[in-house]
Amino acid sequence: MAESLSATEVPLVGDFSQTPSNDSLKDVRVGVITFPGTLDDRDASRAVRAAGGTAVELWHDDADLKNVDAVIIPGGFSYGDYLRAGAIAAKAAVMSKVIDAAQSDNALPVLGICNGFQILTESHLLPGSMIKNDHRKFICRDQILRIDNNETPWTSEFEKGQEIVVPLKNQDGQYVAEQKVLDALEAENRVVFRYVGFNPNGSRNDIAGITNARGNVVGLMPHPEHAIEAGFGPSSSGFGDVDLRGGADGLGIFTSALHNIINVK
Amino acid sequence: MSEKQFNLDTVEHAAATPDTELPWAELGLKENEFNDVVELLGRRPTAAELAMYSVMWSEHCSYKSSKIHLKQFGQKVTDEMKKDLMVGMGENAGVTNIGNGWAVTFKIESHNHPSYVEPYQGAATGVGGIVRDIISMGARPVAVMDPLRFGAIDHPDTARVVPGVVSGVGGYGNSLGLPNIGGEVEFDECYQANPLVNALAVGIMRHEDIRLANASGVGNKVILFGARTGGDGIGGASVLASESFDDTKPSKRPAVQVGDPFAEKVLIECCLELFKGSVVEGIQDLGAAGISCATSELASNGEGGMHVDLTKVLLRDPTLTPGEILMSESQERMMAVVTPEKLATFEEIMKKWDVEYSVLGEVTDTGRLIIEWDGEVIVDVDPKTVAHDGPTYERPYSRPEWQDDVQANHFTGSDADDARPEGAELAKAICDFMASPNLCDKSWVTNQYDRYVQGNTALSQPDDSGVIRVDEETGAGVALATDASPRYTYLDPYEGARASLAEAYRNVSTVGARPVAVSDCLNFGSPEDPDVMWQFVEAVRGIADGCMELGVPVTGGNVSLYNQTGGKAINPTPVVAMMGVMDDVTRRTPSGWQKTHDGQAIYLLGTTADELDGSEWARFKGHLGGLPPKVDLAVEKELGDILVNLSRDGMIDSAHDVSSGGLIAALSEACLRFNVGARIGLGEVAERDGVDTFTLLFSESMGRVVVSVPRSEEVRFKDMCTARNFPFARIGVVDAESGELAIQGETTVKLDELRAAWSATMPDRFGEVAQG
Repeated sequence: MAESLSATEVPLVGDFSQTPSNDSLKDVRVGVITFPGTLDDRDASRAVRAAGGTAVELWHDDADLKNVDAVIIPGGFSYGDYLRAGAIAAKAAVMSKVIDAAQSDNALPVLGICNGFQILTESHLLPGSMIKNDHRKFICRDQILRIDNNETPWTSEFEKGQEIVVPLKNQDGQYVAEQKVLDALEAENRVVFRYVGFNPNGSRNDIAGITNARGNVVGLMPHPEHAIEAGFGPSSSGFGDVDLRGGADGLGIFTSALHNIINVK
Repeated sequence: MSEKQFNLDTVEHAAATPDTELPWAELGLKENEFNDVVELLGRRPTAAELAMYSVMWSEHCSYKSSKIHLKQFGQKVTDEMKKDLMVGMGENAGVTNIGNGWAVTFKIESHNHPSYVEPYQGAATGVGGIVRDIISMGARPVAVMDPLRFGAIDHPDTARVVPGVVSGVGGYGNSLGLPNIGGEVEFDECYQANPLVNALAVGIMRHEDIRLANASGVGNKVILFGARTGGDGIGGASVLASESFDDTKPSKRPAVQVGDPFAEKVLIECCLELFKGSVVEGIQDLGAAGISCATSELASNGEGGMHVDLTKVLLRDPTLTPGEILMSESQERMMAVVTPEKLATFEEIMKKWDVEYSVLGEVTDTGRLIIEWDGEVIVDVDPKTVAHDGPTYERPYSRPEWQDDVQANHFTGSDADDARPEGAELAKAICDFMASPNLCDKSWVTNQYDRYVQGNTALSQPDDSGVIRVDEETGAGVALATDASPRYTYLDPYEGARASLAEAYRNVSTVGARPVAVSDCLNFGSPEDPDVMWQFVEAVRGIADGCMELGVPVTGGNVSLYNQTGGKAINPTPVVAMMGVMDDVTRRTPSGWQKTHDGQAIYLLGTTADELDGSEWARFKGHLGGLPPKVDLAVEKELGDILVNLSRDGMIDSAHDVSSGGLIAALSEACLRFNVGARIGLGEVAERDGVDTFTLLFSESMGRVVVSVPRSEEVRFKDMCTARNFPFARIGVVDAESGELAIQGETTVKLDELRAAWSATMPDRFGEVAQG
């Protein structure tokens, strides 16, 4: 895998021959940003803790990233989404630091969920943008996703082609981009998550989540942080095949990141 | 401020001009009420005082028609019922101790009239208002629920109101990060021009964080913070035109408030930070009657006096008159009382969250609420007379003359009871019945609400109650259900209200929670109509007596009167919200059987009588008459106890309450929940209860629940029911392979056909939304 990366880039997928101890996972600091109007910050922090890491609160006008090893931009309606979803948050002080760190040699792993994905496109860390759902309504459902790229730090513990169920909830979730951008994303294997069975918002190419060219920045509309704990997650794959609200497929996204960071450290 | 061109009506001026005509009638005051104001003040009120008294003495704020009856909720309680009640009625919301240092506050309120005028904003600000009540108690809001009632599903105006209300509830609640975990949706022509939009919010806090609305400590600062004050939600105040001679001023202020959920979300976090640092002495949200209400209530609940400079209020619209500022119902505002020492900390927190604030004045011990405008006194009143000493009416009430005729008109044998389907016809009838507006799939509504945010939702619609985890360490949490039986209540208000209470109690215990507290939202027609007033009095008595019997206190609520169009009142609609507690929310029982439950036994708890009056089947056939099902709260209490124990001891895997639509609806829903079929045999139960199969399927007798029991638990299950002498009957088995609901000897319904009919109704009428 490392061979395919250019010399300036660090390997993003680590060597798992040795399972890191829980103690060392605790040393991994994952920043979770709160903007005014952010809603899922506490959930994202809970997901980091559930995966074994340490969640670090970041505030929208923080001037530094408090030495974190990765950043999550959680969902919500930052600044009310009164302009375009994510547009104002993309200009926040903390975001300029996130942009720098994501593009630096260290290639800070960044995950944007829902509004966080919108903020990443508004920040131009990811291409394309999100417009209103094709049906024009807010939608909340248990969504099947396929992992089309398991080479990012956020998806390395999944099999390529694996299907997972996580909740989806949004108003502006229709992913759109110019055809040449879509073509490039497909050609470069940068579609990370794809909607399966049902496209809930009219996204182009059934795209639910993508990554940047280096693979360290990932954005997705559905909410893996709401699928980390049996009893409070989605009801997997529709009707009753598994436990009611038993879905915890989202946890793999957070454990992937923690393990990658440990292995790089 | 001198650029303002008002004929400022000062206290001094009022005293000097006793004969000035005032628009008290236009502001909704009755002549005797206006005279009372004059007598209280010893002079005519100023325009600003008139504005305050008129809104605070309105039915909505003063409960003047209902107060004497609502007292029962405080009287019909035992010490045992008060044991866990930390804050009772009269505050913004009641607070219940749920153990381990945790307290829960919840309340249900109406926002009916605004939601008809402007469905989106009316519903949105309904959510906003109830959430601020919860924050005012010091709690973090953790969930909302919305019981909604609309006109006939096929009426053209319903297609305007439903999408607006649903997207308003969703648009506001989703943006606040509050999971919407349940509620109800009912369609009935009686709500045609008067939809009911009720909103419930629940919040949690540690015991030490409870805050009350009072202004104590002389010299403490009175601060208004949050959104600026604008001209929205003023309604009647614009008739105070005499106060202004500025021709450029908008002549009519909008009566419906406009919501800004982002401002409210910021306000929530900002308030929680204030509470965490114990920065505020008292806090009050601004809802109905705005600053009038907040200042008079804070002052009269504290040291009794307050001095306020109204010119300090930050305005969105500089042309507002003092009276309008006092009455404005602009959303997303709070009032806090802060010691001078903590003012700097307060200011820091405001700055962090970018929230605007202004210090309006301070707490005094004069016993007077003094409000100044530009250095002149425009209000000088005893705040208690504004907030608490409003008029109280003993409205005349009497049993309507038509009540006997209605009760004599039983469904069985009526013209509407023309054909009771059998065989293949029955299967078709069941599909049509389950597709009827009040039984059909409501995911069109609930899929527009976020049920996941905060990560603590253990159950939500369509299960019997919403369940939220409170304590992440122990897994303890609460269950909430709302229920109303307006058709029963129309037939017999006392029994109907008790039926609502019984159903809410049953819904909470069905998921495995122990019911502990009630909040109610009493939606009725005009109290000036003795027939309606009788319905109200009977319903209140029914709930109060019922709560006493069940041992669950009413902790708060709201009354909404004048719900009628022309002379026709809505069906009396007391909505009961019940809260229950659970030690471990992961033990919650869902409302249907799952594939892994193949072969489990299905039991019916309780007995069935011929009680089709007021039922869903009667509505399906266009009939409303007779007597509602009999309510036996001792039975409900026993059943609740059994359900909680069954859940705790792992003896059942599913439980679903039998109510609207009877046993056939309960069985259909239990199959549809996870798309798993069942084989049912009703012969023995029908014989035991002495009813025919049709009655057994469609009757709405109370005190019944369908459960599925693992084979390994059947003996224990039967022993428990037998020991408690509670009637139970094995009526079938879960069948994961068939894809059918088969009722032996009667009919077989294919689940895919049933689902297609059941799920098409709302999308067909209101447009497709993405499937759940």
